Amino acid sequence: MTGHSKSSPLPTYFAVFFALLVGTGLTVFAATLDLGRFNAAVALGIATVKATLVALFFMHVWHASEKLTKLVVIAALFFLLLLLGLTMSDYATRPWS
Amino acid sequence: MLLTRRRFPLPDSTAIGLQHEEEHRPELLHHFADEQQQRDASSLGMWVFLATEVMFFGGMFCAYLVYRRWYFGDFGAASKSINMALGATNTAVLICSSLTVVLAVWAAQTARKKLLIGSLALTMLLGLTFLGIKGMEYRDKFVEHHVPGASFSFDHEEIPGHPGQYANPAHAQIFFSLYFIMTGLHALHMIIGLGIFLWLLIMAWKGRFTPEYNTPVEIGGLYWHFVDIVWIYLFPLLYLIDRH
Repeated sequence: MTGHSKSSPLPTYFAVFFALLVGTGLTVFAATLDLGRFNAAVALGIATVKATLVALFFMHVWHASEKLTKLVVIAALFFLLLLLGLTMSDYATRPWS
Repeated sequence: MLLTRRRFPLPDSTAIGLQHEEEHRPELLHHFADEQQQRDASSLGMWVFLATEVMFFGGMFCAYLVYRRWYFGDFGAASKSINMALGATNTAVLICSSLTVVLAVWAAQTARKKLLIGSLALTMLLGLTFLGIKGMEYRDKFVEHHVPGASFSFDHEEIPGHPGQYANPAHAQIFFSLYFIMTGLHALHMIIGLGIFLWLLIMAWKGRFTPEYNTPVEIGGLYWHFVDIVWIYLFPLLYLIDRH
């Protein structure tokens, strides 16, 4: 929890805020470029960077005093990747579709 | 009488709890050792709830990925009919609201009541702006008959990058079903969030939050940020595919 450290968290908050706005502009700009198959990868990559910034600094995962909180976050991501990864490993490798 | 005769020392946490009771600290519930443990327990509980929300939205993202692969071009054509400028504006509105939420949490922790009330009110205003823009978007879709159902129509819409090839309306309808379910459930979360923030605003107005007790602001903030993260993924997946 940032609020309990001595230094003010405000510079971090504003830096993250501007990074998120820049990321949004970047993702709109990247969508207008023809990157072939990499359009989706670039869009999801930028989205993941933005989501990570929000979780780490706005939701205070970075400064969480309780390690269990970090474990819950990692467990949630792990099961999400399991859901998406195993489903797509089936659908994406069907030669008949 | 029985307690005073005990020879062995009480466990640490009980001893601290008793000590706090003597000091009359209403903000600390008696079953927690100290404020830090109480805060950690609350935010851990909220994170477990958010983990279930990740699974909840994850199922829909999974359905989206499967159909996007199957009906690649149809999804591109359908996505192009959605107003990208409105979506981008809404993304910026949500990012601004996330900033006002962290400011509110910080204000509660540092006993800045005016900033707390202002930030909470501004967050609600930005949330309502988001829903208003979303409503304009939905209105466009109704006017264009892009709402799945009996009056759905998506004829002679070209597949991006394939001149002369038209999207299959049945496949495009699946895109719009996913669009309405995913943005609709997201909007429902925003409406619930507005309710939570209205309650926080009333409590802040009454001066209930202090540097010692501000857990509801922090927990409400976690919820709002999570809804923001969901939108961060919805925006490129629904609005930005095949725009080039």
